[in-house]
Amino acid sequence: MSATGGPPAPPAPAPPVRGRSVRKRLVPYWLLLPGVLWLLVFFALPMVYQASTSVQTGSLEEGFRVTWHLATYKDALADYYPQFLRSLLYAGTATLLCLLLGYPLAYLIAFKAGRWRNLVLVLVIAPFFTSFLIRTLAWKTILADGGAVVEALKALHVLDVTSGLGWTEGDRVLATPMAVVCGLTYNFLPFMVLPLYTSLDRIDPRLHEAAGDLYATAATTFRTVTLPLSMPGVVAGTLLTFIPASGDYVNAELLGSTDTKMVGSVIQSQFLRVLDYPTAAALSFILMAVVLLVVTVHIRRSGTEDLL
Amino acid sequence: MTQQQTTGGDVRLTGISKTYGSFTAVHPLDLTVPRGSFFALLGASGCGKTTTLRMIAGLEEATTGTVSLGGRDITALPPHRRPVNTVFQSYALFPHLDVTENVAFGLRRRGVTPVKKRVAEMLDLVQLGDFARRRPHQLSGGQQQRVAVARALINHPQVLLLDEPLGALDLSLRRRMQLELKRIQTEVGITFVHVTHDQEEAMTMADTVAVMNGGRVEQLGAPADLYENPRTTFVANFLGTSNLIEAEIVSAGTDVVVSAGGGTLRLPAGRCPAPTPPGGRLLVGIRPEKISLDPAADADPDDGRNRVTGRITEAGFLGASTQYLVESPAGKALQVYEQNTGHRRSLAPGSEVVLRWDPAHTFALDAAQDMEAGVQSVQDTP
Repeated sequence: MSATGGPPAPPAPAPPVRGRSVRKRLVPYWLLLPGVLWLLVFFALPMVYQASTSVQTGSLEEGFRVTWHLATYKDALADYYPQFLRSLLYAGTATLLCLLLGYPLAYLIAFKAGRWRNLVLVLVIAPFFTSFLIRTLAWKTILADGGAVVEALKALHVLDVTSGLGWTEGDRVLATPMAVVCGLTYNFLPFMVLPLYTSLDRIDPRLHEAAGDLYATAATTFRTVTLPLSMPGVVAGTLLTFIPASGDYVNAELLGSTDTKMVGSVIQSQFLRVLDYPTAAALSFILMAVVLLVVTVHIRRSGTEDLL
Repeated sequence: MTQQQTTGGDVRLTGISKTYGSFTAVHPLDLTVPRGSFFALLGASGCGKTTTLRMIAGLEEATTGTVSLGGRDITALPPHRRPVNTVFQSYALFPHLDVTENVAFGLRRRGVTPVKKRVAEMLDLVQLGDFARRRPHQLSGGQQQRVAVARALINHPQVLLLDEPLGALDLSLRRRMQLELKRIQTEVGITFVHVTHDQEEAMTMADTVAVMNGGRVEQLGAPADLYENPRTTFVANFLGTSNLIEAEIVSAGTDVVVSAGGGTLRLPAGRCPAPTPPGGRLLVGIRPEKISLDPAADADPDDGRNRVTGRITEAGFLGASTQYLVESPAGKALQVYEQNTGHRRSLAPGSEVVLRWDPAHTFALDAAQDMEAGVQSVQDTP
C-alpha cells in the first residue's frame, strides 16, 4: 500500500545506444506513471494534508494554523484510549471468528467441493452484490429483541454466558458488543475466505497422500502439512480482516450503542460533528501506527515473510 | 506397527480389481511379488499399473479382492497403518520442510529414535549428506528424486512402491538413477514394486516384470523370458520389436512347419501355443536382431535355417548397428537389426536380399489377436 516503494531497478545497463534502447529502458517507468500519479494525488497528498492538520490549532471560525501543537496527540490518546482498545478487541475477536468460520469453509471449497466449487465461491462473494449498509442494517432485524435468533440463544442459555462476560445485556443482543462483533465478522468473512482458499488450493493433494503414506493420520497431516502450507493465506486473511475492521465505524454505529463506540466512530464524529479537525487527524494517525505495529508483529511471529 | 525390519513376506494380490463407475481400471487380478525381489509393473499409460500400485499403498480402495503382506490381510487398513511406503511420481516432497525434515517425517510420526543419526545414515546412502538443510525447491530433479527415495526407505517398509519415479528425469540421469536404485535395492534387500512405462527401465532393473495392458496382466516373468518367449502380440510388440508373420500350419511334429508368403518356415513345437492342427493359423514371430541379412546373389544354398527373400526399402544407420526395413511376400515391413561389424559394407535400399534365422529363435502366437497391439506409435513415446 506504499506509494513510496520506488520504481523497480532498471534492467541491466545496456550499451548506450541512442533511440530504441533508451525508449525500451523507459518502458517500466511509463507503466508505473498512472499508478504513481493516482497514489500521489489521492494518497500521498491527503496524508501530508492530514499530517499538517494534526499539528494545527484554532477553530472553524478563526481558521486553523500550523503551530506544531503535538499535545493534540497526547490529549487524543488520553481521551479516547478506551475506544482504541475496544476497536482492537472487537476487530481482533471478529478476525478470530472469521478465521474459525472461514478456514473450514475454505478447506471445503479447496478439497471437498468437487463440481460445486465455483458455486460455493460465488456464494461466498454473493453478499457483495448488496450494499454494505443494507447488509449491516439487515442484522438489526436478525438480532432484534424477541426475534428468532435472540429467542433461540436465550433458550440455549447462551445469553446467560455472554451477558456474564459483558458481551450482551440481559435479553438483548442488539446494541451490545456481540452485535458489533457479529456485524464485523459477517461483513469481513469473504476477505478471510478468499485468501485462505487461494493458498489451500495451491497445496498439491499428493502431499496429503504422501503424509498418509508416511504414517500420519488425517489430523496429523493437517497439523504438519496443510496448516503450515496455508499460513500465507492465514496471514493475508487476518490482515485483510483485521485492518479494515479496526477502522470500521458502520457496524458500531448501526448495531452498537454509545458504549460500543469504536475509534472509527470517534474520528467520524470529530471530523463531521465536532469539527475538531486536528484531533480527528491525530486519531487517524495513531490508529494507523497501532495497526502497522500489530501487523508487523503478526507477520514476524507467524514467520511467513518468505512465503508471502 | 511391526518393528520387524526388512523381514516382510510376499505381497499377494487376490482377485483385486478397481472400477470407476462403468470404467474398469483393473480387472480382477492375482499377483504375487516374492519377498526381496525387484518387481516391475510395465505398461502404457492407462493400463492400470499405477492403480494397482495405489491399491497396495492403500491410496486407492480396491473394488473387489484382497491385498496381503506376509500373510496378513491389509485390505482394510488405511495408508498410514500399512508397512509400505511410496515414492511418488512427482516426488510430493513437503515444500515447507528441508531435506532432513522431509526424510525424518515418517520416523517422527511413529516416534522412532534416534532421528538425527538415522536421517544422516540415510542421506549418506543416497549421497545427499551435503544437502541436509536445503529446501526441495533448491534441489535438482535427480536430488529431489533421491530425497523421495530416502524419505520412504528410512522407514524400513516391508515393500517400497515406486510410481514412475524416474519419469521426470532426462535420459542420461534416468540411466544413472536406474543403476542407483538397483544398488540401493540390493543393499537394503527390501521388496521393490516399480511402476514404469519404459520397457528398457523395467528390463534393466527388475527381477520379474508383469506386463499390463487394458487393466490385465498380459504376461509375467523374468525380463529375458518375456523377451524371448512372448505369449501375446502385445508383449511381443511392447517389449522390444517383433516381426510377426501370418502363417498356416502345414504339418506338426517335433518341428512345426508353416507356410507363409509362398515359402515355408519351421519352428520348434514347444514354442507354439497348443494345439497345432494342420490347416490352423498362427502368427510366427522373430526378433529383428536374430535375423541375418545377405545379398540375394551370394546366398548359400539351403542350410536348414528359415529363409525369406525380399527387397530392402529403408536402411537407417545408427552407429553400432543398422536397421533395415525389408519388403517380402511374408511381410510388408520386416525389421532387421544388423551389427556394424565391418565384415561387409551396408546394403543400400533396393537391394534384393535373403533373410535367414535359426528355427529355434522363432516363436509363434495365437493368430486370433491384433497384430499391431502394443506397437508404440509416436504419440505414446514420452
